[in-house]
Amino acid sequence: MKEIVVLSGKGGTGKTSIVASFASLARSKVLADCDVDAADLHLLLKPEVKEAKEFWSGQVAFIDKEKCTECGLCQELCRFGAIRDCQVNPISCEGCGFCYQVCPVNAIVMKDSMSGYSFISETKYGYLCHARLGIAQENSGKLVALVRQNAKLIAERENLDYIITDGSPGIGCPVISSLSGASLALLVTEPTLSGMHDLERVIGVCRHFGVPVLVCVNKYDLNEENTYRIESYCAKEGIEVAARISFDNVMTEAIVQGLPVVEYSNNKVTQQIKELWQIIPAKLKK
Amino acid sequence: MIISVASGKGGTGKTLVATSLALSLSDNYKVQLLDCDVEEPNANILLRLSINQSRPVYIPIPKVDETKCTYCGKCAEVCAYNAIAVLKRKVLVFPELCHGCGACCYLCPEAAITEEGREVGVVEMGNSGNLGLVQGKLAVGEAKAPPVIRKVKRYIDPANVVIIDVPPGTSCPVVEAVEGSDFCLLVTEPTPFGLNDLSLAVEVMKRLGISCGVVINRVGVGDREVEQYCHRERIPVLLRIPLERKIAILYSKGIPLVEGVPRWHGDFLKLFQDIKDIVAAKSVAK
Repeated sequence: MKEIVVLSGKGGTGKTSIVASFASLARSKVLADCDVDAADLHLLLKPEVKEAKEFWSGQVAFIDKEKCTECGLCQELCRFGAIRDCQVNPISCEGCGFCYQVCPVNAIVMKDSMSGYSFISETKYGYLCHARLGIAQENSGKLVALVRQNAKLIAERENLDYIITDGSPGIGCPVISSLSGASLALLVTEPTLSGMHDLERVIGVCRHFGVPVLVCVNKYDLNEENTYRIESYCAKEGIEVAARISFDNVMTEAIVQGLPVVEYSNNKVTQQIKELWQIIPAKLKK
Repeated sequence: MIISVASGKGGTGKTLVATSLALSLSDNYKVQLLDCDVEEPNANILLRLSINQSRPVYIPIPKVDETKCTYCGKCAEVCAYNAIAVLKRKVLVFPELCHGCGACCYLCPEAAITEEGREVGVVEMGNSGNLGLVQGKLAVGEAKAPPVIRKVKRYIDPANVVIIDVPPGTSCPVVEAVEGSDFCLLVTEPTPFGLNDLSLAVEVMKRLGISCGVVINRVGVGDREVEQYCHRERIPVLLRIPLERKIAILYSKGIPLVEGVPRWHGDFLKLFQDIKDIVAAKSVAK
């Protein structure tokens, strides 16, 4: 079983469109949406939720007004600015429990916090493991780890060849959590200066965690000079650019129709995505 | 006045809007642009200001003086993140897990713990005329963006018009970036993905009590659902940017919209006037 995670650094480069197309093209796989705070893959795969579980993670401090003597020690010591006027702002609280430990009159309790839901669903393409992080919550990394674990269990149980994971933008906590130990990171970039800058940083993260990398340039003909620069950069770094995908409104039209683009249309773009998927198994055998 | 530019979904045009707004206003106002998308900061790719100051961002992590340590285990007991472990004759610190809350150091009965800074990123500054830039950069391989965002926001000068470029998503880095803003512009695109992530971002702003308005980018392809949602939720659509290859090419080259197509200048000034009116009306209502 091999795990392919699709990342980009910069948002909006086409990760989800490509993962949905792979969902349609790959035979033996489970899908995972690790973009837990702005998940979109379900909009294309139309899952039927089979199992929804509450995700409890971390704690939040709570001050009992009856017991509090307003000494102000907690507020003075809190490094996250979460306590003001003897009240905890649950959004700023990082759940460290320092205030709970030091309160001289034991007026502070730590309450477990429900930070979202994890789901296991069925789609016409197979299983989808996904999640929804509560609004303004922390611990996205832990929820991502849970989604991956769910996907791994299903892949083992059903003896599936691939876990195909849609990652989140950026290079921080949820990305690191979706990446560590994966078999391959497919990095979807675009030929814009921002896309290139962000690609370099996400390559850095993949190297940091020892995950092999494959690059795909989406909307390559928007700026062919930049595409050429990305390809030269990758060549210099010993990274393969596996595909160029054309700039075409069918990508957006497919999203509006709620379909993977390879099912919505049959043109140059969908051919390029199909060819990309055909390359991937060989990269995983190495 | 502090205006955040956020989105939920990545790649909808936050940085395009933030930079063009900042440039348009800098003719008449002192403007500070804060790039709080510290995982992938891109604003200065468009602004091209030379960086004249750079300050590292540290998280305080515990340093144990084992000549004083009695291996009592108090530090490990109070650490909510399992970032410190006490063995029989050894204390292990796991810096990547530490949030820097300071509880172990404060509560050590032998005063054997001091704190040392661990560099997790950098804050850089540059300016040109009326426009100042403060950008945060999370170090590659680091998971936690909020400490870097917090540091960037310390440089806010309330006398300026402050524009904050917010990271994508809806979790803790977004909250850290938008908190304290007078207004939040939510940039979206007219697709089911744009709508789904916009509605999540609107929930975040409701939780934080920040009034918001919408910018719809790439109007032309897609559907009418975002417009209908905004109408239903009574969220003003303050600007529409069409899907034009020319605009996409300018962005790919790192040219701000108001420089490449100067007639947009007036649209961004009007956008600012509309925001000012909304904020003023809200404070009167209060």
